[in-house]
Amino acid sequence: MPGLDVENIEDIDYSDIEAKYNVEYDDSFDNTLVVDGVPIIDKSKLEKLLAKICKEFSRKGVPIKQDDIFMPWDDSTGKSVGYLFVDFRDANDATNALLAMNNHPFDTKHTFKLNRFSDVEKYANMDDTYAEPEEEEYKPREHLRAWLADPQVRDQYVVYRGEDVEIFWHGKPSQCELAYKPDWRDFLYVSWSPLGTYIATLHRQGVRLWGGPSWEPQQRFAHPLVKLIDFSPCENYIVTWSNEPIIVEGKPQGPQYFSPEDEGNNLAVWDIKSGHLLRTFSTSSSTEGPGGKRQMQWPALKWSPDDQFVARVTPGQMISVHELPSMFLHGKKSLKIEGVVDFEWCPFSDKDRDEVENGAGGKGTKKAPENMIAYWTPEVANQPARVTLLSFPSRAILRQKNLFNVSECKLHWQNQGDFLCVKVDRHTKTKKSIFCNLEIFRVREKDFPVEVVELKDTVTDFSWEPKGERFAIVSTNDPNLGNPGPGITIKTDVSFYQLDRVKNDFKLLKTLQNRTSNAIRWSPRGRFVVLATVGSSTKSELEFWDLDFTLEDRREGQIVKEDWGSTIQSLGLADHYGVTDVEWDPSGRYLATSASAWTHTLENGYAIWDFRGQELLKQIQDRFKQFLWRPRPRTLLSKEEQKQIRKNLKAFSREFEEEDQRETETVNTELLAHRRRLVDEWNAWRARSKKELAEEGYDHTKEAQSEEEKEEIEVWVEEVIEQIEEEVEEVEDED
Amino acid sequence: MRPILLQGHERSLTQIKYNRDGDLLFSCSKDQVINVWYTHNGERLGTYDGHNGTVWTVDVDSESRFMISGAADNTLRLWNVATGKCLYTWEFPTAVKRVAFSEDDKQVVCITEQRMGYQCAIRVFNINRSGEGTKQSKEPAHMFNPIGSKATVCAFTSQPGIIFTGHESGKVSLFNFKTGEEVDNNERAHGDVVTDLQMSPDKSYCITSSKDKSARIHDTKTLDVIKTFTTETPLNSAALAANKPYVLLGGGQEAMNVTTTSTRQGKFETRFWHKVFEEEVGRVKGHFGPINTIAVHPKGLSYASGGEDGFVRVHHFDDSYFKTQPYGDLQIED
Repeated sequence: MPGLDVENIEDIDYSDIEAKYNVEYDDSFDNTLVVDGVPIIDKSKLEKLLAKICKEFSRKGVPIKQDDIFMPWDDSTGKSVGYLFVDFRDANDATNALLAMNNHPFDTKHTFKLNRFSDVEKYANMDDTYAEPEEEEYKPREHLRAWLADPQVRDQYVVYRGEDVEIFWHGKPSQCELAYKPDWRDFLYVSWSPLGTYIATLHRQGVRLWGGPSWEPQQRFAHPLVKLIDFSPCENYIVTWSNEPIIVEGKPQGPQYFSPEDEGNNLAVWDIKSGHLLRTFSTSSSTEGPGGKRQMQWPALKWSPDDQFVARVTPGQMISVHELPSMFLHGKKSLKIEGVVDFEWCPFSDKDRDEVENGAGGKGTKKAPENMIAYWTPEVANQPARVTLLSFPSRAILRQKNLFNVSECKLHWQNQGDFLCVKVDRHTKTKKSIFCNLEIFRVREKDFPVEVVELKDTVTDFSWEPKGERFAIVSTNDPNLGNPGPGITIKTDVSFYQLDRVKNDFKLLKTLQNRTSNAIRWSPRGRFVVLATVGSSTKSELEFWDLDFTLEDRREGQIVKEDWGSTIQSLGLADHYGVTDVEWDPSGRYLATSASAWTHTLENGYAIWDFRGQELLKQIQDRFKQFLWRPRPRTLLSKEEQKQIRKNLKAFSREFEEEDQRETETVNTELLAHRRRLVDEWNAWRARSKKELAEEGYDHTKEAQSEEEKEEIEVWVEEVIEQIEEEVEEVEDED
Repeated sequence: MRPILLQGHERSLTQIKYNRDGDLLFSCSKDQVINVWYTHNGERLGTYDGHNGTVWTVDVDSESRFMISGAADNTLRLWNVATGKCLYTWEFPTAVKRVAFSEDDKQVVCITEQRMGYQCAIRVFNINRSGEGTKQSKEPAHMFNPIGSKATVCAFTSQPGIIFTGHESGKVSLFNFKTGEEVDNNERAHGDVVTDLQMSPDKSYCITSSKDKSARIHDTKTLDVIKTFTTETPLNSAALAANKPYVLLGGGQEAMNVTTTSTRQGKFETRFWHKVFEEEVGRVKGHFGPINTIAVHPKGLSYASGGEDGFVRVHHFDDSYFKTQPYGDLQIED
């Protein structure tokens, strides 16, 4: 028999089968903890001690049984050795116990020190020789601002619709195209960083940042169930918030993850470049004010414009300013301000930023400008309400202004930090009606002069012109204000004010009466403004205005000589049904309006307009959610270079116009060729099918009949208009 | 463009049809009557009374001698166009949704609704054109039940014995009505109900409209989709402009959703699209409800639209419509 040789049965290789059915013994000691700091006792107290230890463990939520404990004995003395071993069900339970019981005070003299059994071994057997870590090969990273180098100088925007995100280029009509369609899944929404470097997606597990020309993942921040994020102005840091408090349980450890101290907090600050967690805060205490639950302010942390400091307000008590990157409390104490409600950092002007940048590069020859905080406190007892300007970090009070009969204040900085407008909602003595004062601080002038603009109506929106000396307000005296209902659209007036250089105060430019507009959107370059009616089910108007219409080349600082307010000109009216969001592109050339499915489900989609209100693009899409322009960083051109460009604008524009001309021509010829091709295809198909019909003997007589000449019927109508009878007398000659 | 408002119906229009000469316009409506109008001035010539339910469909023969109509009272009626007399009535178990004359006027096809346990049926009747026309055979010459999704629209093709159908599922098919066999089909012609079907003069191609917001031109032989016109509103009707390379599309929000949108959204307009370039050319406003049916004058001199609002609007094209060549002097075959 050539078959199995029983003698050689041991020669058969069973190793593969053995490997397959090998039972893996859990012979690691991951589930064993060493508890140190146990009182040294003799055998008589053993039972009592073990019971006590079990109770202590159970109290902390990690129940153990006496059988799990192994206590070594020093047989020579008959006493215990002061440590014991505890077995847990698995490594996870052991980890939990380690977190719960380490440094647990057992009694006044004894504190438990817990270690993993495996750790003890590991550290005991540690190799002391130093091994040179291997140097990783340098891989050049993609340029995060590559999109700015687009030869056609287009802007980008992101559209979030249904479950899909798409990023588009937007420029001249022929240059609009899809830039990238990422495959991002399961996130709440997307958000650009303030300079456009990154785009963030909010997932269940945390935040992800993407960027670069190929949209590689750049960073991630493990904040589970994150709901809100906020970037610092210079994109160095990111703040995340979740309504669920942080739970640390068996999570990976490291500088990028939450540690046990962060447990229960829900606000986290991260460093973007390293991905490290800097600090966490709790917002739960601040949301529950004395008057019941208040809505949380967002952003909860406010950044100074240079990313140096971050501050948060504890309403009614203090403003805490933290230094970065350490996140320590600046000066080790908060600014104690009784009753403080809100504050704002003064933004940096372009000049300030130049100085900061030069200071960083050139060894700080010039001192960096100080930051400024404006805050307000309400009326308490006999103390009037007060707005204060404070410089920081010197903490010197620069200006204070007392206000009376105040019910609410809002602080609005002009984006260059030239002006601060405090919108004060004041009530009459009876507290029945509310009117509004605008207290405008001129920050760049000596002693911070304050001017008051008194209004009789309630102001619902206020907005400074970027880099300008004008502002616009929406005011209303509609009795329906405050009790919104379906179909109710509040009637509003929109007014423009401008700084009068001669008298040095703010004067009314123009009021547009009887509008429904409730949102003011200045172009980021100033001059143009759009008034929109958003969130209304019946009205959805967009008004495009130009505030310097007649002045073709107004130079900065030149005094306006025309009639006051004569330069305001309406450029166009438009309508986007159900509009919910209105946003200018960063260049101020285009305006995007969108109707998001988050607000309502009627005709969701977006439209792009030019600054005159001409519709360029309209997309009606079901389940459309979000439209965001990609922001641009500050220009790298110096003031002189900018001036140069403005001076030679004519030459440049000629060049561009020629380019446009060429482009339209090629587009036209392409379109014509395309049409010709379509017609040729159609005609060929028609000829083919006609031939087939003829072959089948299709009766053409009917068709021929229909081609017969149009019959013209001429009808002569005779109508008697008037009948006159005349008697003609015959006169006979009587010769 | 001079619109003539025909105010003869009390409820929404279901179908309108020009006769071959283009001097008469037949309209039927949910108010159970059929009207006939002079197209050149909008004067009403008469009505055809007799149906006891929504008149869903109407067709007229090439001589304008007989007219056929189908209604929700489960009858198909043959009328004398000139006298307004009902010549013959056929009764079915369910409503008649669509009728059409054959090219030689000797046959009529009708679709009956699928309801109350009865299947959707397609019947073809031979019309006895001799004498008064009152002597018709009661039984259909051919009858069959299309398998699968029910048919909503149908028409004779140039091939003998073959009809073209559009279905509820969005399918279009060719049926041999003698055998009831499905000769060919295109399951994915549309994504939703096919709402209208109109043939080109030589019947070599046709246009269908659908609730899937698009209209399509099909080759009636191969069922290939030749052109697609995609709009943002459900379409109820599509027509081919005669002698001009345009198609006319009409539709609008479903009646139940109308109150949630405003008319200024421009959904109730007749849209003109270029037949070959698939580009929108223009729109004609007027109706304040969805457009249910559109018909074009056989010589292309005018077009008419009938709406959910109960009005028929007849538009005679201006001279400029015939003279201008917005796309240059490209010669486009009919």
